[in-house]
Amino acid sequence: MFNPPTELLPTATNQSGTRTAAVPSVGGRTGIARILLSRDTVMIYALVAFVIYAALFIPRFASPVSTGFLLLDVIPALLIALPMTLVIITGEIDLSVASIAGLTSALMGVLWGAGLDIGPVLIISLIAGVLAGAFNGLLVAVLGLPSLAVTIGTLALFRGLALVVIGDNAVANFPPALTSFFTSKIGGTGIPTVMIGVILVAIIFGVVLHLTPFGRGLFALGYSKEAAIFVGIKVVRAKFWLYVASGSVSALAGIYWTLRYSSARSDNASGLELTVIAAVLLGGVSIFGGKGAIPGAIAGVLLIGTINFTLRLGRISDVVLIIVTGTLLIASVVAPSIFEGVTKWLHARRHRRTLPQASASGATRATASGVQERK
Amino acid sequence: MTLDTSPPATSETTTRRANGFAAVLRLREIPVTLALIALVTLTYMANPLFLSQQGVKDLLLNATIVIILSVGQAMVIVTRNVDLSIGSILGIVAFSTGTLFVTFPGIPIVLVFLAGMALGALLGSINGCLVTVAKVPSLVITLGTLYIYRGLNNAWAGGTQYFAGDRPDSFGALSVDTIAGFPVITLIAIVVVIIVAIFMASTRPGRDLYAIGSDPEAAKLFGIPVTRRVLLAFLSNGVLAGLAGVLYASRFNSVGATTGTGLEFDIIAAAVVGGVAIFGGSGTVIGAAIGALLLTTITSALTAIRVDKFWQQAIVGLLILAAIVIDRIARIRTAKKLRLSEARDV
Repeated sequence: MFNPPTELLPTATNQSGTRTAAVPSVGGRTGIARILLSRDTVMIYALVAFVIYAALFIPRFASPVSTGFLLLDVIPALLIALPMTLVIITGEIDLSVASIAGLTSALMGVLWGAGLDIGPVLIISLIAGVLAGAFNGLLVAVLGLPSLAVTIGTLALFRGLALVVIGDNAVANFPPALTSFFTSKIGGTGIPTVMIGVILVAIIFGVVLHLTPFGRGLFALGYSKEAAIFVGIKVVRAKFWLYVASGSVSALAGIYWTLRYSSARSDNASGLELTVIAAVLLGGVSIFGGKGAIPGAIAGVLLIGTINFTLRLGRISDVVLIIVTGTLLIASVVAPSIFEGVTKWLHARRHRRTLPQASASGATRATASGVQERK
Repeated sequence: MTLDTSPPATSETTTRRANGFAAVLRLREIPVTLALIALVTLTYMANPLFLSQQGVKDLLLNATIVIILSVGQAMVIVTRNVDLSIGSILGIVAFSTGTLFVTFPGIPIVLVFLAGMALGALLGSINGCLVTVAKVPSLVITLGTLYIYRGLNNAWAGGTQYFAGDRPDSFGALSVDTIAGFPVITLIAIVVVIIVAIFMASTRPGRDLYAIGSDPEAAKLFGIPVTRRVLLAFLSNGVLAGLAGVLYASRFNSVGATTGTGLEFDIIAAAVVGGVAIFGGSGTVIGAAIGALLLTTITSALTAIRVDKFWQQAIVGLLILAAIVIDRIARIRTAKKLRLSEARDV
């Protein structure tokens, strides 16, 4: 049994059921301890710690105005991160999200410019997002094409369609009542009113992923597609609907973007896909699938958003911001890799000392050989 | 550990020879080449100016940098990895080229090329080291370095921009002068394609890259130094991105903090359109180069036949999807053939 060198824990622990129990970091903890020490909880600690630090030491951070701007800025990424978490947990990826947001925005601009009422404009734009997601779903889930390549293609296609729709025009004269609603705050708290909707969407995705059989199926799907098929998970259907969800939420983000900045352009939200993926991975979602959680992903988005915001408040120029994003991302994936290596080494050493005849048990033997392979 | 590779190699060549013509038809470069020929022919029929001397020169100039980048990217994708940071590498190298010429007026051009490629090699090998040593997927690592390299470039350049006037005329002439109708920088790209193609097709390390991409575990079992080879692929890609960065400074007027932003998906798209499978193990750098030529030619072709320029990106998207579907069909047919031939052998 060989561990592919480039792959991390999920596959390694699940090539055989016996090994899951042998890896201490997973099977050793139960109940509260497991929740308190899991990867995404650590992310939440990091977020809380950073917010406390910023509130204490960064002037002007702890104010309703700051909170408002911070949240208004992260909402698009926050929205898209939700379906992205589910998609990545199933072992796929969706790079076309920002292009779908751009397409939605362009469509809104043109329809509004053509004199439609705002209601139909919003509905048609949302439907466009649903269809774009369904197109991705058709190619990836139904036809079984690789999602990385497909969504690079649709990234170009949807952004291209946005250009076809609106060209290099910009539409800015959206109804003031609506645009001011999108930047309004709840009372004096500084929390944008739109956050209520965002939280609702987050709760829906969180419940679907963590509290329904469908959600558990997604994890199974990410671990092993074959196994998921055998236990009766409707793989094609599940993936298809995930892409539809991804398209719909991206459309919502596009609508929000258009109304928040009161500007419909073809290049709205461009490059957002990388920000979202970086944040989701930082939040502990494994790129191999099978591992991750909504709270972690949200913490990832908020952490990157908060760090960027405080750096800006601290007058550190924008240019350093992306270095921080990149470094955090790499550190967050390299650190568990090193941590895991150390844990395995310690585990193996303990086993050698306390259980000299441990090779009688299949599980331990598998772990021991796993350790040897890594050397 | 050295294992003898000759038996599989010879059996492969004999089967190739046995049905040479059929093998040519099965080549993965065929669809993209046909598409390119069809595109050029149709556009030429609609607008003969498209293939005028200046027209051809523009086509080649536009394609040069994308060709070099997609050849490098193809080497990485073949090993079942990907490098998203090339746009940022190109940006840093292009800016450092501008800086070199301003800081050391009269610096030999060869030295500038070497410096650019060395910087590219350094950045590429950082990617490679992180991917192989930390055993983290390249998609994540190079997404991180995409941001870091771009951030470094921003921090270094700030608002500074260098323009063509800051660089010696002989350097800019590289993308103006032609030899036998080919711009000099295009000739450089062609030499690169040939060298890398020979390396990938007929050297031991080159074939190893395919083996690693087809099945990393089997490659390791077989005794291939996977870590070293993957590192080599990333390093070579860095060198080529560095070369592209220097050529970018020659070809375009200004280099600054945002040079090369957002190139990554175009380059991967060029490789995929050229028949390089996104999950590694198959495809050639010549295919990737033709894919790059096709994608850049479409823009000029659409202008030549007066199609709204806004359609260009949508068409590129459709082409990528078509390439993926064609690849899948080819794969299914190969699998069917393999099953049949295995059944006969039993």
